[in-house]
Amino acid sequence: MAAPGATGSAAPAGMGAGARKALYQFGYARSIDQDVFAATGAPARHAVVVVGAGPVGMTVAIDLAMRGNEVVILDDADRIGEGSRAICFAQRTLEIWDRLGVARPMVDKGVTWQVGKNFLHDDLVYQFDLLPEDGHKMPAFINLQQYYAELYLVERIAELPGVDLRWRNKVTAIDNRPDGVRLTVETPEGAYDIDADWLIACDGAKSPVRDMLGLEFRGEVFDDRFLIADVKMTADFPAERWFWFDPPFHAGQSALLHKQPDDVWRIDLQLGPEADPEVEQKPENVVPRIERMLGHRNFELEWVSLYSFQCRRIDRFVHGHVVFCGDSAHQVSPFGARGANSGVQDAENLVWKLDLVLKGEADAALMESYDAERSFAADENIGHSTRSTDFIAPKTPMERTLRNAVLNLASRTQFARKMVNSGRLSMPATYPADLATADAEPFSGSARLGAPVPDAPLRKADGSDTWLLDELADGFTVLHVANGTAPNAVDGADLRIIGGEIFDETGQFRRRFDATPGATYVIRPDQHLAARFRHFEAQKVADAIARAKGRVPVTV
Amino acid sequence: MTDLITTTQLADPDAAYNMLVDAHRDLSETQSADLNARLVLLLANHVGDICVLEQAVALAKTEL
Ligand SMILES: Cc1cc2nc3c(=O)[nH]c(=O)nc-3n(C[C@H](O)[C@H](O)[C@H](O)COP(=O)(O)OP(=O)(O)OC[C@H]3O[C@@H](n4cnc5c(N)ncnc54)[C@H](O)[C@@H]3O)c2cc1C
Repeated sequence: MAAPGATGSAAPAGMGAGARKALYQFGYARSIDQDVFAATGAPARHAVVVVGAGPVGMTVAIDLAMRGNEVVILDDADRIGEGSRAICFAQRTLEIWDRLGVARPMVDKGVTWQVGKNFLHDDLVYQFDLLPEDGHKMPAFINLQQYYAELYLVERIAELPGVDLRWRNKVTAIDNRPDGVRLTVETPEGAYDIDADWLIACDGAKSPVRDMLGLEFRGEVFDDRFLIADVKMTADFPAERWFWFDPPFHAGQSALLHKQPDDVWRIDLQLGPEADPEVEQKPENVVPRIERMLGHRNFELEWVSLYSFQCRRIDRFVHGHVVFCGDSAHQVSPFGARGANSGVQDAENLVWKLDLVLKGEADAALMESYDAERSFAADENIGHSTRSTDFIAPKTPMERTLRNAVLNLASRTQFARKMVNSGRLSMPATYPADLATADAEPFSGSARLGAPVPDAPLRKADGSDTWLLDELADGFTVLHVANGTAPNAVDGADLRIIGGEIFDETGQFRRRFDATPGATYVIRPDQHLAARFRHFEAQKVADAIARAKGRVPVTV
Repeated sequence: MTDLITTTQLADPDAAYNMLVDAHRDLSETQSADLNARLVLLLANHVGDICVLEQAVALAKTEL
């Protein structure tokens, strides 16, 4: 099918407030399914149709294709780069994108940062460092405009024959049947129908698919409005996240300054609940505000918009053969950078399960664990995001009094500094136990059952450097620490032997995994730890893999 | 679980009460609210046990 190609210009357009044009434009191309439908009136059938080519839908499509599946991905637009959305991408998200072959350009282009500073008035009250620990391939966080992330995903898709990305294909109706889903798709050349065994709805917070199924999106709406601006300037502020409570340049409110690539800076200004979007977005009102903040006006406005924030989720992520993923399933406020990050983590949780189901290696019931694990993660993210937003924008006078008391005490006491909350930055979820095998013996270290395994630097037998995460298989991995009696192979998993073919010369693997000779770790395809044992026992390992695939183990 | 202590711990209850009242003397309503908020936070941290705090919140909220 038509390979997507960027036909637009790569230069940020630097237009006036709210008037920036799309940065990258893609072409509509007629698909064979339209010919088939026109000729026969019968819809073509696909195993998987993804609705929405945002960061989440594209991640789903790439991961499925890399596992050998064919995917159709539909998007109603034909461009990316309108508006300014995510900028902070977390380590776990980058690790997922690295597995999919797309993190390198992101990290190269992105601004790496790890220090955040919180100010009250002019004074620094609390500072955090995200990753004092080295020995991870991916940085703790990068800042990168979402449109760059999306561009690299589009480019990656173009390399994969299994993905058919169709721009200006708008889903207008769906029929969720017991054996699959029928979609009606609107194009510039008229409508056509297609059938899908599975429909993955990655169509964003306003999810038309969710509406078509009549599903509710429930949660909390915050009253305060925030002005989000991207400004271009050369400045020697460090690449740190600076957050002000009640700064002299914006009395009574909060402000954020954070660096992006291309000399672009993200500015968030809290405006309170009464702010009028029309008025506030006018350059003659925006520019003086930012000028007060920066102390000069040598900047150009790239983008301005006004947001109010919500924390909402759908009740269930799986409805028959329709699966919700990303913002369509849950929405958070941006404080804590949990939107795109958690959406990409939904995608990785979903895809290996769907892949096993498509290949007949797991029962469709495994999809229930996607609902369980990712709705657990959504609740965690919504909880963190709600607390941050409540701290930043207190709802009642007494909440404000308490919040201000924390800020006041923070300059004098350590405990209060720990309460200052301008966004607890996105961390991956540690899943509840369903698919994991409980530890029979205690393990210390930073690896946790149910969580993604921590990376560690390793060395190959030929002396070259590698990373633990690069050594993990696309399917299940059994990681075994050599003790002289290495197993030869494991059914249903790739075996990797630390001290046999890869070596832990720095000791970081040993410390992070509390590894002793013979220790054995069962790692899921999404790199979450499913089980660990002090010694290799074939039956226990097989049972752990069966359990992680949603089957009842042979022996318990 | 530790129970919230509701029997007196203070050798001189009158002096303790008087100290709190004194702390608020001559403060405006806003200042008093700020003072109370800071005190609550300091003491909550000193208690250091969320279960005890929950019991205190529940007891304090009765008849509100
Ligand atoms: C100001 C702001 C700052 C943010 N900062 C961060 C941050 O720092 N870090 C972070 O992780 N997240 C952040 N987010 C959140 C992040 O932008 C979203 O979580 C992310 O875009 C969700 O990705 P998605 O793929 O689920 O949905 P979207 O990106 O919304 O993509 C949905 C896609 O579906 C398409 N679509 C919709 N309807 C149809 C239809 N009927 N047919 C076909 N296609 C359709 C749309 O065109 C779109 O391309 C921020 C958001 C905002 C607003």
